[in-house]
Amino acid sequence: MSARLIALGIAFATLVTVPYWMPGDYYINVASQILFYAIFALGLNVLVGYAGLVSLGHAGLFGIAAYATAYMLQTGYGHTAAIVVALIVGIASMAVYAVLSLRSTGIGFIMITLALGEILWGLAYRWISLTGGDNGISVRTRPEPFGFSLASPNTFYYTTLIIFLLSVAAMAVLVRSPFGASLMGTRDQPRRMNALGYHVWMIRFYACLVSGLLTAVSGILFVYYTQFISPQTLALTSSAEVLLMVISGGAGTLLGPIVGATLVVVVKTVVSGFIERWNFLLGAVFVAIVILMPEGLVPGSARLWRLAWRKLNAPAKTAATEGEP
Amino acid sequence: MSRKVTRRKFMAATAAGAALATFKFPSPAIAQAAPFKLGLLTIKTGPLAQGGIQMEQGVVTFLKEKNYTFAGRKVDFISADTGGNPAGTKTKAQELIERDKVDAILGPLAAFELLAISDYVAQHKTPMLSLAGADDMTQRKPNPYFLRPSACSSQAMHPMADFAAKELKLKKIVTISEDFAFGYEQMGGFQQTFEENGGKIVNKIWPPLVTPDYTPFVAQIADCDGVCQGFAGSNPLRFMKTYAAAGLKYPVVTGETGGDDALMRAFGDEALGMYSCCPYTLDLATDSNKRFIAAMQKDYKVDPGFYAAGLYVAAAVVAAGLEKAKGKSDDKEAFVKALRAVDLEDTPRGPIKFDHLGNVIGDFYVRRVEKVNGKLANKTVKTYHNVSQFWTYDETKFLAQPVYSRNYPPLKS
Repeated sequence: MSARLIALGIAFATLVTVPYWMPGDYYINVASQILFYAIFALGLNVLVGYAGLVSLGHAGLFGIAAYATAYMLQTGYGHTAAIVVALIVGIASMAVYAVLSLRSTGIGFIMITLALGEILWGLAYRWISLTGGDNGISVRTRPEPFGFSLASPNTFYYTTLIIFLLSVAAMAVLVRSPFGASLMGTRDQPRRMNALGYHVWMIRFYACLVSGLLTAVSGILFVYYTQFISPQTLALTSSAEVLLMVISGGAGTLLGPIVGATLVVVVKTVVSGFIERWNFLLGAVFVAIVILMPEGLVPGSARLWRLAWRKLNAPAKTAATEGEP
Repeated sequence: MSRKVTRRKFMAATAAGAALATFKFPSPAIAQAAPFKLGLLTIKTGPLAQGGIQMEQGVVTFLKEKNYTFAGRKVDFISADTGGNPAGTKTKAQELIERDKVDAILGPLAAFELLAISDYVAQHKTPMLSLAGADDMTQRKPNPYFLRPSACSSQAMHPMADFAAKELKLKKIVTISEDFAFGYEQMGGFQQTFEENGGKIVNKIWPPLVTPDYTPFVAQIADCDGVCQGFAGSNPLRFMKTYAAAGLKYPVVTGETGGDDALMRAFGDEALGMYSCCPYTLDLATDSNKRFIAAMQKDYKVDPGFYAAGLYVAAAVVAAGLEKAKGKSDDKEAFVKALRAVDLEDTPRGPIKFDHLGNVIGDFYVRRVEKVNGKLANKTVKTYHNVSQFWTYDETKFLAQPVYSRNYPPLKS
């Protein structure tokens, strides 16, 4: 347990000091991207990992929160109003998603969320008076909470970091709470949970709302980061990308989505500058993950680590037992 | 191909520079020797990669011709792949501006990429030269650090419509183009000029960008005496095949992407007789164009098209601008001013200069696809000289009307 605390302390210190040891603004911006994509992946992980519901339409929710922010700012509202409205719109759309898609699970759920995501993409693309169509909407300024401007890479990074840490803490609490336990119950034994008197549908619905909240938060951070939103953000590839983050890192674990987001963002932004065929590399990494640790990077590495540990300690232990009278 | 400055080299150079500065060596000579950093945002992966790779080839061809030296300064060329999505473009633009500290950016390719980074690039006062269409970048939402040496989306369609109405004597045309901003702006420009010259657009058809089969769309073409297509990428090839297979014989007119020279080796006889209007044409007999084609043939064994030529010219504008600014690129405002004042007589696309919004004023060529020695080729039939983005319209009046869109100008019943 103490080893875990030390590891967490080191990770925390590393995150806080990023602007001091990163070689330049560019890398700080990459770190910000990792963090808000990690929040997005955490949001999806609530459904994929803990509720056992795979969604392929989350980019639509991510995008709708981003569009809501951009649209509100464009019409002349302040940042606070824009953010509040975006959160409400994000959660409300997730509620609609949930009502429609929770009628089924498994493949049915995937297909309905996929269709809903595509509908949102189509709306963003075609409802030109609202979204600007292909030309998108630009966000001119970043907010200045308490006179603290987020325009510089450092301040934006720290804001994202605070929101990220809050999200991780909230997830940790949620998973350990009775609600978290009942959610995992509905994943593993929905019929038994039903027989025990739990309202399975309602538990899943609440999980969807939590997922929608985190997705909306990351969508807002995204639009403030890029200061631009266009329909490409809502496309199926974005949904698939975030699902890959969750699956590659390890669905149903707290750290998995964060590791997955780091992997995808680093390959997509940094490594692609050195390797022209970076999609190929990303694909190869995923294939390797699927073959070597199908449960994901975090649980997979933990398993390999335990295995190695046991192998190393095994001879010593047998020697010890033999030595006993 | 690209020359990257590693961080170590950069640090070494900075340290050396700092050391020299401390020892009070004659500093002007050192300032002159600092390399000029030229960044390129292009697409090397995904469906738009074909044009994106040509863009890089165009730049490299020009750099080789100049031996990687502009105005006595060595040029460091840094190429970045945006992946063809706006968020990726933003990240790569940050990489170029914040990490590599480039003096000018060439690209990006697509309008949605350009719009995603326009504000950011203006904030960092980095000159950017792109061939993305997006009319409003040099019209209703101008960016003072932006130049477009190729053409805005509608620019080639105004003369094309003029030609279709006056020379081809077409009266009723059906337009068909991809369902996105570039298509709307092309077709809008065509419609406005064509209808002013007595023609009529009878129907506008918008297939999605990714359309597996054009047959249902081609079937809607009727009651007309000509077709205007505005397809981009490899879509013109597939559209023309379907068009011919349906037995349609109406003359076809198109813009710079629909009849690109780089497509000629992939077209079949179905493209014979198609007219296209383009800011670049392979058969322009100027010295620089001959040099350019020969170099492209030698290094890449391809005929250059609009993308390669566009970026070759963009690089030439940067070189000429730096020359005008006496090799100084640190004062960004002065550098952009020098770039916009560039007036080149001999480029592969003919003479060019810029208007006060940063858009090119240059020659546009109406070409007809013909068979020469058994191979398809565009033959120029008419040259429109000094075409601006406003065509013959008054600038203020033109800017007062909305940007061309799916519903503007409206279809007259």
